[in-house]
Amino acid sequence: MSKEKLVLIGNGMAGVRTLEELIKLAPESYQISVFGAEPHPNYNRIMLSPVLAGEKGLSDIILNDHAWYAEQGIELISGDAVVRIDRVRRRVIATSGREQAYDRLLIATGARPLIIPLPGHELPGVIGFRDIADVEYMLQAAKQGGKAVVIGGGLLGLEAANGLLKKGMAVTVLHLMDRLMERQLDRAAAGLLQASLEQRGLAFLLQAQTAEILGDDRVRAVRLADGRRLEADLVVMAVGIRPNIELAQDAGIYCERGIRVSDTLQTFDPRIYAVGECVQHRGTCYGLVAPLFEQAKVAANHLAHLGIARYEGSATSTRLKVSGIELFSAGEFNEGEGDETLLLQDPAAGVYKKLVLRDNRIKGALLYGDTLDGSWYFSLLREGADVSDLRKTLLFGQHNLGDAGHGDAGANVMSLPDSAEICGCNGVCKGDIVKAITSKGLFTLAEVQAHTKASSSCGSCTGLVEAILSSLVGEGYSVKPSQKPLCACTDYSHDDLIKGIQQHQLKDMAAVRQFFEWKTPDGCASCRPALNYYLLARWPGDYRDDAQSRFINERAHGNIQKDGTYSVVPRMFGGLCTPAELRAIADVCDTYQVPEMKVTGGQRIDLFGIKKEDLPAIWADLSRAGMVSGHAYGKALRTCKTCAGKTWCRFGTQDSTGLGVKLEQLTWGSWMPHKFKLAVSGCPRNCAEATIKDFGVVCVESGYELHIGGNGGIKVRVTDLLCKVETEEQVLEYCAAFTQKYREEARYLERTAPWVERVGLQYIKDALFDPAQRQALAERFRYAQQFAQIDPWKERAEGAQAHEFNKIALPARDAGLGIR
Amino acid sequence: MTHWIDIAALTDIPKLGSRVVKTQSFDIALFRTASDQVFALRDECPHRRGPLSQGIVHDTTVTCPLHNWKIDLSSGQAKAPDVGCAPSYPVKVENGRVLLSLQEMAQAA
Ligand SMILES: Cc1cc2nc3c(=O)[nH]c(=O)nc-3n(C[C@H](O)[C@H](O)[C@H](O)COP(=O)(O)OP(=O)(O)OC[C@H]3O[C@@H](n4cnc5c(N)ncnc54)[C@H](O)[C@@H]3O)c2cc1C
Ligand code: SF4
Ligand code: FES
Repeated sequence: MSKEKLVLIGNGMAGVRTLEELIKLAPESYQISVFGAEPHPNYNRIMLSPVLAGEKGLSDIILNDHAWYAEQGIELISGDAVVRIDRVRRRVIATSGREQAYDRLLIATGARPLIIPLPGHELPGVIGFRDIADVEYMLQAAKQGGKAVVIGGGLLGLEAANGLLKKGMAVTVLHLMDRLMERQLDRAAAGLLQASLEQRGLAFLLQAQTAEILGDDRVRAVRLADGRRLEADLVVMAVGIRPNIELAQDAGIYCERGIRVSDTLQTFDPRIYAVGECVQHRGTCYGLVAPLFEQAKVAANHLAHLGIARYEGSATSTRLKVSGIELFSAGEFNEGEGDETLLLQDPAAGVYKKLVLRDNRIKGALLYGDTLDGSWYFSLLREGADVSDLRKTLLFGQHNLGDAGHGDAGANVMSLPDSAEICGCNGVCKGDIVKAITSKGLFTLAEVQAHTKASSSCGSCTGLVEAILSSLVGEGYSVKPSQKPLCACTDYSHDDLIKGIQQHQLKDMAAVRQFFEWKTPDGCASCRPALNYYLLARWPGDYRDDAQSRFINERAHGNIQKDGTYSVVPRMFGGLCTPAELRAIADVCDTYQVPEMKVTGGQRIDLFGIKKEDLPAIWADLSRAGMVSGHAYGKALRTCKTCAGKTWCRFGTQDSTGLGVKLEQLTWGSWMPHKFKLAVSGCPRNCAEATIKDFGVVCVESGYELHIGGNGGIKVRVTDLLCKVETEEQVLEYCAAFTQKYREEARYLERTAPWVERVGLQYIKDALFDPAQRQALAERFRYAQQFAQIDPWKERAEGAQAHEFNKIALPARDAGLGIR
Repeated sequence: MTHWIDIAALTDIPKLGSRVVKTQSFDIALFRTASDQVFALRDECPHRRGPLSQGIVHDTTVTCPLHNWKIDLSSGQAKAPDVGCAPSYPVKVENGRVLLSLQEMAQAA
């Protein structure tokens, strides 16, 4: 059978990205031809600004060279624009007369600079800023020096002006409005930007209306409406763009401002798709690559006949790519009625930050001078996260929440030396990241993670990596996090899956994968553990745990260490321990020659350096002494830390140790989205550090204060006070209910701290303060615990999963083989 | 001629799981996929020698438990963008038995 024919019109960023995504999904499904009006292979248009400024060469910005097209079997017809689409015969016809038949057509013709039809606009020397030819023209003109006038004080105009200035021209920017970049900046920020550009040598005329371009054989000057006249050897028009829709329009495809497409990126002719700047989706035309790449992904999904993805629009953010100027803007930053504005102004340091809040959620962010937190604000904005609890420190940035290690990385990542270490876990320096992004043409965090390993372990450097990425790529580039697919095996997000598993009564992994149309036969190391958890949490009595979908720590019930040995941590309820238990631990260490034992921060004893084969025997010995697994390895309840409490301590108000034991007895064995820790302190001196735990209790004379969402890990977060209760029974009920709410609703690998921040404290209070809901949650927790409170060590000591721990020996006569 | 060693029954290896074969000087990991294909690799990740046998098996790939490199089971090659290779060994399944040879396979380029 011959393959279906796919024709792409427009060899630009959105079109080719669609092909790349399509090839990933269904490499063999089409015979592909690409028509490009430009004589080049696909290049990174964003990088034209650095090329103009002399910071990069043209060869640095090619995304896919001719060899790539050849390898993919794609026919590239470059330098030949399509002039007609014949929908009846399903053919496209190019300038050269060449015709090409299609079964499906993808239009990605981009946009054109808007050229105001002033008298003189057709003179040589008047140019837009769009493609390689424009840049070459400008570079050529700049060689003669002289004067340039840039019409338009938006993003593109300023980048063009900066480039020409750096190439030795005297540049004046004319702008119709009374401030620069009025769509991205408020008056104050625009003023700061203008001042710093003036310092570099750019001149500005605001509220300047161009009336005429003067010249004979080429441009000589520009005249303003008020009569002023400016000498000019080059005029760059950067006043906006207009989607390229003529081709589609002529073919009778419905267009408004852009080519109208549905959520599946189909035009009114279902065989014809359109993506990129030429498109109008739900009323919006986008002019930044991030949303276009999201469109590309969805279009590819449909072209590959998977048909499950939908594009629902994007939030965008902007960064100015003028090196040395830090500027970030996203959302609505001009406050409307009922909005609140948080403002930080430090003129001496050249810093201006503004956040606009509506209903305690970020609606807009504007940062000048210090943009390190841009990505963080942008993700809070896209998430619609409730920030009431962050308010006090929100403006000071994410590192002010207590970000171990990276807090002083400074306001500006780009000013760091190349040797600065960005990712502490994987030892990745800034230079490595910059090099990977520019040399490999990366656009997304996931790509940077894959190529450099930065930000792929603990994630604490993600903000820094994003800042580097967006200062190079120039804007916010990723999908709304809650819509982010769980992993590459699926297009569905964590939230979709959590909901779907419940609503459609999906009770095993195969059913989930089938229902959500997984792209891989059995998932991957990211989605399998997540699905296993979701199913376990939702169907505690029914679902059978899948060992092969657990990370080795949970499969072997011990922590794998860097040399491949394991560590073992027996549970000590509330931190209590008897002499007999201590002796049993000591005996195990002697018998199995455990190289190191250590008292951990969670008041237990850790035995290190144990060979996997020895684990079952060690567990047998420990379980004979009455000790169970401490789950120190699991996404599970870890410990309940306690202080001395009323029995011994002169300050103690309640029996904190006793309560700790009860809490741990209630919760042990329970699987969680991430690790989960408890603590009980006997008085507000808080010796058990209850205010940095997932659930903490601080005893006071009149009862118990309950705290939630604390974290002592990568990013220290102090708990929020949930409420005060009077009896131990109430503490236990609230603890069970809170735990269950978290177990049922948080995304896998999301700790309580980010979860509470995401959903908002009030949301959790609303659920837990309603007695009926609280009791129902606690009840479901207790029910689930029936199946969870089985000591996995004891089972394995008795032979369960024995294959996990036994190595196979070679038969005796072959035993000598394999020696080297 | 290949010297085949009868190692275990296919059912001794869990589906999407692995078993470790001990030789005198190193371990070999036997992997079984969902469709009952069996592969054998030296039990050392080309990155920092992580025990591949302890990773999660998906399709014909194993993800190393230490730092998440993905290793192709049939070739031992790390998946791009990572580079490196774990030596692989011939295996076959006959009458439900897994037969292994200890002759390292020539590395695919
Ligand atoms: C100087 C500059 C800086 C920018 N900076 C940023 C930035 O920092 N961040 C950001 O997100 N975005 C930036 N952008 C915008 C970004 O480049 C565009 O949003 C993106 O390239 C649009 O992709 P597209 O595929 O829709 O169009 P394009 O990339 O423009 O591709 C369209 C292609 O179609 C071709 N074509 C048109 N008609 C035909 C036809 N009839 N037949 C054949 N071929 C045809 C065109 O020649 C062109 O090559 C910048 C743009 C410019 C010009
Ligand atoms: S928290 Fe209070 S009761 Fe507990 S040990 Fe410290 S001082 Fe004593
Ligand atoms: S040792 Fe395997 S990924 Fe690092």
